[in-house]
Amino acid sequence: MSTSAINSSSTQAGAARQPLLSVRGVKTFYGNIIALKGVDMDVHEGEIVTLIGANGAGKSTLMMTIFGNPRAREGRITFGGQDITKMPTHEIARLSIAQSPEGRRIFPRMTVFENLQMGASMNGLAHFDQDLERVCTLFPRLKERLNQRGGTLSGGEQQMLAIARALMSRPKLLLLDEPSLGLAPLIVKQIFSIIKELNERDGMTVFLVEQNAYHALRLAHRGYVMVTGNITMSGTGKELLENPQVKAAYLEGGHH
Amino acid sequence: MNAPPIASASTAQVAAPSRFDFGAALKDSFITALITLGLSIPILAYKTVQNGAELFLMSRWGLVAIMCAIIFGLRMLQHAFMATRAARQAMPDPHQATEAVHAEPSAYQKVSRFAIPFFLGIALAFPLLVYVVQGGLNESRYWVDLGILILTYVMLGWGLNIVVGLAGLLDLGYVAFYAVGAYSYALLSTTFGLSFWICLPLAGILAAFWGMILGFPVLRLRGDYLAIVTLAFGEIVRLVLINWTDLTNGGAGISSIPRATFFGLPFTAGEGGFASTFGLEFNGMHRMIFLYYLILALALLTNFVTMRLRRLPIGRAWEALREDEIACRSLGINTTNTKLTAFAIGAMFGGFAGSFFAVRQGFVSPESFNFLESAIILAIVVMGGMGSQIGVAIAALVLVGGPEMLRNLDFLKAVFGQGFDPNEYRLLIFGMGMVAMMVWRPRGLISEREPSVILKERKAISGSFVKEGHG
Repeated sequence: MSTSAINSSSTQAGAARQPLLSVRGVKTFYGNIIALKGVDMDVHEGEIVTLIGANGAGKSTLMMTIFGNPRAREGRITFGGQDITKMPTHEIARLSIAQSPEGRRIFPRMTVFENLQMGASMNGLAHFDQDLERVCTLFPRLKERLNQRGGTLSGGEQQMLAIARALMSRPKLLLLDEPSLGLAPLIVKQIFSIIKELNERDGMTVFLVEQNAYHALRLAHRGYVMVTGNITMSGTGKELLENPQVKAAYLEGGHH
Repeated sequence: MNAPPIASASTAQVAAPSRFDFGAALKDSFITALITLGLSIPILAYKTVQNGAELFLMSRWGLVAIMCAIIFGLRMLQHAFMATRAARQAMPDPHQATEAVHAEPSAYQKVSRFAIPFFLGIALAFPLLVYVVQGGLNESRYWVDLGILILTYVMLGWGLNIVVGLAGLLDLGYVAFYAVGAYSYALLSTTFGLSFWICLPLAGILAAFWGMILGFPVLRLRGDYLAIVTLAFGEIVRLVLINWTDLTNGGAGISSIPRATFFGLPFTAGEGGFASTFGLEFNGMHRMIFLYYLILALALLTNFVTMRLRRLPIGRAWEALREDEIACRSLGINTTNTKLTAFAIGAMFGGFAGSFFAVRQGFVSPESFNFLESAIILAIVVMGGMGSQIGVAIAALVLVGGPEMLRNLDFLKAVFGQGFDPNEYRLLIFGMGMVAMMVWRPRGLISEREPSVILKERKAISGSFVKEGHG
């Protein structure tokens, strides 16, 4: 592990409390090919943590490994102190971890309303009306389209639906895989401001996997940088933004 | 500066498809007819006739001419149809996708409001209608029998619809559960003397159990691979029925299966039978009509249960599973249980239908449960539009009732000569129908998926605008 951890105040503060999600020495393989080479990572309650890296670095693999698909061959993943390394995916989801997967994966032939119902399916529609109201306030676009089929929404709306669907289960931890993928800058901004709002107002813990390093690091409390299956750097969002290596590798082209 | 030419070019483009190019269509139809002529020469033009020891070559140029004319006409019609459709599609849609959609209730929704009570009414009154039209119980026998046959396939279609249409698991061996149901009733009633009303639920349970047995090994398969395994499963069940002679009596089948009773009253002529108890004159048709209402009730039960399940979490989970399995799992849905319940419940209705089949025929043999049956049931589901209940019913009516209707098309004999038997062309017409479906309604007769919940007013977008779920 070549983690050149930047000394930061938040990591020290974090060490005091037990992390909500902790990943220790996780190795994941696709057949014989190693995709994650021993990843250590923490997400504390109330934080936005982002993971940035190039294509093929293993970001999505890490997110999927947390969900047990593919399963980690070595290492340990705990959520709220409970070992979830060997749990089946649907049981992990029931511990109130919600995911908005890469490529959105909404149900295209079901209506927006039915998609949201699916999101709430594991807590039995008990708070459904309340949660629907809340999600509709967050994403007014979805409210107009409740009876419309998911597949007829635009890309940005589908992304909103994917996040909204994840929120319907009242998660303690929200995993977002590339919410900015293929969206216009204006929509990306909108989605990131909603993530921020969720975190600040509701105290939602968010783990964000992103290519869009500039936006992600500005939003996040802490960040990790992943290169070919290893976490090579970590620190607060601000620190990473100013780090010359990060700047050179992920922020060139000037978003400023 | 060159804006005007562009504008005119684009209007020309929009206008172009709306004009029906008669000359081109004529030319193309003529070429098609020529191809038909070419194909007909080896296939249709000559026929060998044996007369005693001699063999004559008989030419049938008249028939060839008729075929070419038919193909020419059909091709022209197709061109006209395509041109009108292209014109319709070229019209800009006033409601673009970025606007909230103010879709009118679709044609399907308008029709279904009246069509469903209408069809249900026809189905309920069918024996009476036939009685009035045919003018007697014995005369209506053929029609009631046909009604029973169609309803059996409607029920099988609805049962398979749960597995294929809702859960998206392609099952080519559905007839196995039909066979399990039929043999359950046949064996339980002949061996233990159990009545139909006890055997019916037992057959359902046994078939559901076999559904789970099929389900376990195929949990990780999807699409083509799943189809092959289910196909093999169907064949295994049939071969076991043929070869396990001790239990099933092999290819000879099981005969003299007890008939259905009217809740304990047998349909016999003597004292204590159905007719004498109700003070009616004995007629074998009483039993037929009873069977008709029995299968109607079973089919409606299948429909009712499916409609209810669709609104429950399990039904929604089936549909979500069809759309995207990975998303399902990450939403906390146990995909294993979801698939197994789909297989089990689909199989259970197959089992009910099977035991009905056994009680109607009074005889079962492995012959009745070959792959063609599975294929027909699957064709009913696919042609009806996956997941659409009314579509499946219409497809069953067309696919099962249609070939029967062919027998009655006597006027074709006037066209093609006395020796023409339209029934021989059943599979040809079936195939042509399939091709026509592929061209015009590739997603089935009723491709629209009716949302299970509708808020405020109905809005609909045709299913063809929404891409198929994949995973």
